Amino acid sequence: MTRRDYAGVVLAAPFSTPYTRYSTETAHHWIARALAGCLDAAGLRKDAVDGLSVASFTLFPDTPVGLTQHLGFSPRWLDSIPMGGASGVVAVRRAARAVQAGDADIVACVAGDTNQIDSFRKLLSSFSRFAMDAAYPYGYGGPNAMFALLTDRYMTEYGATRAEFGHLCVAQRANALRNPNAVMKTPLSLEDYLGARPIADPIALFDCVMPCAGAEAFLVMSEDAAARLGLRGARIAGTIERHNAFPDDPVQLRGGWAVDVDALWAQAGCGPEDMDLVQTYDDYPVISVLQFEDLGFCPKGEGAAWLAARDLTVSGDLPHNTSGGQLSAGQAGAAGGFLGLVEAIRQVTGTAGPTQVAGAARALVSGFGMINYDRGLCSGAAVIEGVA
Amino acid sequence: MSVLAGLAGALGSGAVEVVDLTHTLDPDFPVIVLPPEFGQCARFRMEEVSAYDHRGPAWKWHTITMSEHTGTHFDAPVHWISGRDVPRGAVDEIDPAAFVGPVCVIDCSEGAAADDDFELTPEIIAAWEAVHGRIPAGAWVLMRTDWSKRTGAAYLNLREDGAHSPGPTPEAVRLLVEERDIRGFGTETVGTDAGQGMHYTPPFPAHYILHGAGRLGLQCLSGLDRLPPTGALLIAAPLKIKGGTGSPLRVLALVEKETA
Amino acid sequence: MTDPLKPPPKKDPQKVQAVPLLPPSMRSRAAMGLTAAAAEARFMLQHCARCGAVQYPPRDACRECLSVDLDWRDTDPRGVLIAETTVRTSPNLYFRGQAPWRTGTVRLEAGVSVVVHVHGDCVKGQAVRLINRLDRAGQGVLMALPEEATPDMADDPELRELTADPKHRRVLIADARADHTPALVQALRAAGATTIFLGEAEAWRPWPGRAALAALEGVHILPLDVTDTASVTELAGEIGGKVDILINNARFLRPGGVLSRTDTAWAREEMEVNALGLMRLAQAFGPGMRARGADGVNSAVAWVNILSAHALVPDPAYGAFDASQAAALSLSQSLRAEMRPGGVRVMNVFTGPTEDAWHQDVPPPKVTPGALARALVAGLREGCEEVWCGDVARDLAERWRKGPKVLEREMGGDT
Repeated sequence: MTRRDYAGVVLAAPFSTPYTRYSTETAHHWIARALAGCLDAAGLRKDAVDGLSVASFTLFPDTPVGLTQHLGFSPRWLDSIPMGGASGVVAVRRAARAVQAGDADIVACVAGDTNQIDSFRKLLSSFSRFAMDAAYPYGYGGPNAMFALLTDRYMTEYGATRAEFGHLCVAQRANALRNPNAVMKTPLSLEDYLGARPIADPIALFDCVMPCAGAEAFLVMSEDAAARLGLRGARIAGTIERHNAFPDDPVQLRGGWAVDVDALWAQAGCGPEDMDLVQTYDDYPVISVLQFEDLGFCPKGEGAAWLAARDLTVSGDLPHNTSGGQLSAGQAGAAGGFLGLVEAIRQVTGTAGPTQVAGAARALVSGFGMINYDRGLCSGAAVIEGVA
Repeated sequence: MSVLAGLAGALGSGAVEVVDLTHTLDPDFPVIVLPPEFGQCARFRMEEVSAYDHRGPAWKWHTITMSEHTGTHFDAPVHWISGRDVPRGAVDEIDPAAFVGPVCVIDCSEGAAADDDFELTPEIIAAWEAVHGRIPAGAWVLMRTDWSKRTGAAYLNLREDGAHSPGPTPEAVRLLVEERDIRGFGTETVGTDAGQGMHYTPPFPAHYILHGAGRLGLQCLSGLDRLPPTGALLIAAPLKIKGGTGSPLRVLALVEKETA
Repeated sequence: MTDPLKPPPKKDPQKVQAVPLLPPSMRSRAAMGLTAAAAEARFMLQHCARCGAVQYPPRDACRECLSVDLDWRDTDPRGVLIAETTVRTSPNLYFRGQAPWRTGTVRLEAGVSVVVHVHGDCVKGQAVRLINRLDRAGQGVLMALPEEATPDMADDPELRELTADPKHRRVLIADARADHTPALVQALRAAGATTIFLGEAEAWRPWPGRAALAALEGVHILPLDVTDTASVTELAGEIGGKVDILINNARFLRPGGVLSRTDTAWAREEMEVNALGLMRLAQAFGPGMRARGADGVNSAVAWVNILSAHALVPDPAYGAFDASQAAALSLSQSLRAEMRPGGVRVMNVFTGPTEDAWHQDVPPPKVTPGALARALVAGLREGCEEVWCGDVARDLAERWRKGPKVLEREMGGDT
């Protein structure tokens, strides 16, 4: 059966809060700020929102249900997206279908987390059963150690170099310097990258994201509603989603994108070469490389070198993670799964301001999430394009 | 002046001295060792109940456990099979008058120093009587060996063939019981019998003959060298244990100071 | 190549004691299966009873066929180290203190990928074998070792964290007189123990072999009677800070069950020595050992009890003694939980009938002193909590696992 398209639905009113390294506030605080910013941008009152989609790790003991009362929403459609780095793409897919079906008129999608002094450690300790049983007892390196193993395996298998990964990180830092919300505000050279303090070999300091506090939000509504509100929207050309792909791979060297890549481009009616910019999920540079490979930009195993030969900055030939990505803007918990998407909506609607890619019309957004044990389980991708 | 008033006066003036013949109850004090398949003599044990602490803020006390035959102790007639039917043969039944009496001390210390298995024989008793007179009826008779000065392994003096320590021959015990009608017999060793006493006939003659005749035993006595051969008064009152076969006790002697 | 472990320097009396820290100890119930296997140093994984698929991490249903019937089975430990990392920083205080810490991914021939601790002599891309051991938190963890033994292999710092190796450590053996003490002393000295304290009760009772033991270098005979609280406390006061491994081998044993004995006198002595003796020793030595769990090369590392396998189920012919063994086993399990915060292991060595005066009429096989010593030292080197010494003990444990009630009835003597 042919998959239905996303005709008549747009993404609008993207909003990002500033990020802070640590926050004494709660997830509720950050989510409220993002929703308020998003509604202000749309010129909407709160009660116009009849659908709510929430992604957050630090609401405990609340859930999105409790959040409706806390924030005073009465939605007729409510979703909770526990998929970390894939939550943006997955939220879009579900919200778009709800709007298409008439189950909701205006869905506010929000992701946000706080980062209190001890919350990263606490989050780690309760992240997943397999991680608790089979990862933490082995050096307790958290995601750093797992991605170190993955990066080590990738480098061994395909001969990628640290300098190639560094190229990607350095470009993102340059992009972040244009983004006033970014946590990282100093330039990064390749020498800085290569000389950084080792964390879990071969992962060093600038391969790691900076956990921080913040939130991201956008609205999903019909094209007509957006027009009535005078909002510039982004259409959804195609999406994919996959969980626990290739479970028998000894180490994760590919993600679920590789299963569904053809379906994505077929639905979108275009190809990698048509993208004006790419937003990958960059918890570690090797993961961005996997996404370029698995989504068809280059052959398997050649991604690191292929990217190193490109200018990945806002003004380059392949603008990538234009707001700095998580590596340089920061990872505000589940908001990390929204960061690229919200930036992509800004880009294709021409509202990205200092990070705007000239003439950006089409963007690929990719997500990856949930290191349950030795690999990320959730993958997703979406192609979006500005409404002409 | 009454007898007791006179005694009280003498105790007060020091003319009569109170001599303690008791070892300290100590967890590490030796007890008799029997073949392993027999029941054993319980060692003295002391557990603190509280010591001015959370278990009792203003007081200190202990729970103590031991055998009736631990440390310096008293043997009642019912201790031995030969005395099992002796009337009033348990510690709680014995006439308290039996606990106090004159004491004769036969000094075997020289012999015991030379021979671990030194025997108290009728001949030695006769020699003693030749000097000190006949042992009176109702007397406590103590065999002084200075064994109480021994410590550690030398006390039981265990070898592969058992303990080696001095004690009376069957003939000596029979003489004391049947012909002298003594009240009881005491030693500085772990038992009233010699370490090798099981090899006599009957085995353990002191126990067998003394208790069969309703006489008393004292063992693990200390400091018999402080007693005169005759003339002292011995006080050896066991705890009043229902049906008890013996008891640790404080053994005291009243000794008249020699008047110059 | 592993650097041979150097003897510890003398302690700096001005330095504050390192606080024992533990690796993460939270586990799911399923994962505790790994811990149970590690307690006996067995490499076991879950196997699906229906389709045979091997599972890792531990789980509640088969990843192939959704069967919920998963058995822990001994598993082929061979695999290849396919990725490695060295963790240099960790939010966990234990690993922060231990860093750098080598971990890796091993692809097992059994068909699963496993994240493991990695011995320094393992080479990426080459064959390794996995072992399952208890970590300092007392939880089962997997470690890759080189396929073939390498020099000074046990001195690898990550491996040493998973063991209670006697090398460079000081040992107290509670009962110098026990038949097996000379064999234990010999085995511990051969394993590199530097000092062996022997507890002697009732020094006024001579015993053969004393002079031979006393003449050995590094062997010290000291007064200790586990039935005498004061004696235990006094010795702990003197040497408590120098006991890295405590072997509680004090034992009082007489034949007889409930009716075949006519009193409780021996039973009381059995409880005094075998159960309450353990408790007295623990109260005197346990707190100090627990505080010294991270005291460098010769940290306090293990508490060992020698128990009869009949602690699990009594042989009525020795019923009263076995009751004291059951009591000691129960106390050891509580002690184990109480020692855990210090990272100090409590290991029980379960024996079958021992070759001694009280088992003259028990048919072989019986445990010899040498066999007991070998099993005990091997258990320390493998960091076990349970060691089954001898065929009878192993047989009993197997039958007990299969069905305690059946075993109880079999012990009655009708089979």
